[in-house]
Amino acid sequence: MKYSYYPGCTLKNKAKDLDAYARASAEALGFELEEIEDWQCCGGVYPLGSDEIATKLSSVRALNAAKEKGQDLVTLCSACHHVIKRVNDDMKNVADIQFRANNYLKLDEPYTGETQVLHFLEVLRDRVGFDAIKEKVVKPFTGKKIGAYYGCLLLRPGKILEFDNPENPKIMEDFIRAIGGEPVIYPYRNECCGGYISLKEKELSKSMAGKIMDNAASFEADMLITACPLCLYNLNKSDAKTKLPVYYFTELLAEALGLKEEVQA
Amino acid sequence: MTKAEMQAEKIKEISGTDPYKCMKCGKCSASCPSFDEMDIKPHQFVSYVLNEDIEALANSKSLWKCLSCFACVERCPRDVKPGKIIDGARQLVVREKGGDYLKADEIPELLDEELPQQLLVSAFRRYRR
Repeated sequence: MKYSYYPGCTLKNKAKDLDAYARASAEALGFELEEIEDWQCCGGVYPLGSDEIATKLSSVRALNAAKEKGQDLVTLCSACHHVIKRVNDDMKNVADIQFRANNYLKLDEPYTGETQVLHFLEVLRDRVGFDAIKEKVVKPFTGKKIGAYYGCLLLRPGKILEFDNPENPKIMEDFIRAIGGEPVIYPYRNECCGGYISLKEKELSKSMAGKIMDNAASFEADMLITACPLCLYNLNKSDAKTKLPVYYFTELLAEALGLKEEVQA
Repeated sequence: MTKAEMQAEKIKEISGTDPYKCMKCGKCSASCPSFDEMDIKPHQFVSYVLNEDIEALANSKSLWKCLSCFACVERCPRDVKPGKIIDGARQLVVREKGGDYLKADEIPELLDEELPQQLLVSAFRRYRR
């Protein structure tokens, strides 16, 4: 199975691991991520203003590229996923944005939200299946207590992201079970890490991320996993009393599938 | 129309939400991870727009403390979307000449080795035009 793939700016730079482990794991699990040619940065945050058009066009171009290939569009970074999924919803359901964006782009055929956007975790859950992954695990995380950190971008707004229950998600816990670990469910797993505030208000985001990490530690997590480079950064910079290691979920997946050394080499 | 009335209309237009639907339950403020840092709280933002006190909003610290984490938007029982109203006020400020909250000159001293590109593009988009 081939998917169009949108890596995004950070996966080409500071978060190369997130990308490399995902590609290797995908191959081992029988699907291929075909990178969209000439993709442009999604902008990192969804433009909230209902009159914003130009800031949404890079997402529409990626969505249309996938449509032209007849493929679903897979994302990995939580921010890219959030932005592209919400822009797709606009293109499908908001007539004004659909009209104006198509006016700009002058595509051969107007884009009206046809592409299905899937996060890599959704591919694992809905297309590959966690049971099938379990069968391919050669190095299970037996006895490891792993806290899933969702943050905000994958879950909210729930009606548009349709990723999981925004208040009580379980996809990452099911993923942890599939790789043989023991999920730790802690209350702060869907609290915001501070997001972009860590550029100018470093103390504030340190304290926000610190609360999350301390909360996970008090529920006896050994480590945290995330899909978001900014969450990883903020958690690593936190002022938590107990410092837990934070990993991209794809690193643990690749390790469980016995691919980690190969990717690092 | 006074300037304040026009600005209030503009915020409603940009945010695409109807502040009249607010029933003041306070769930948005209770959910907000930045609550302690905000001088005008999320549920108050809605009232300020209704009362057309836009100058107070434009000068509030809250504009730069909101994380756009959508906890308030998700939990609002009346679909008022306080986070979008705050962004409407923020847009009103940054779309004005000289309204940028982040200047390119500031960037070098804010950087460190691990800082992801995602953080720069996100902050640029939220804090300036």
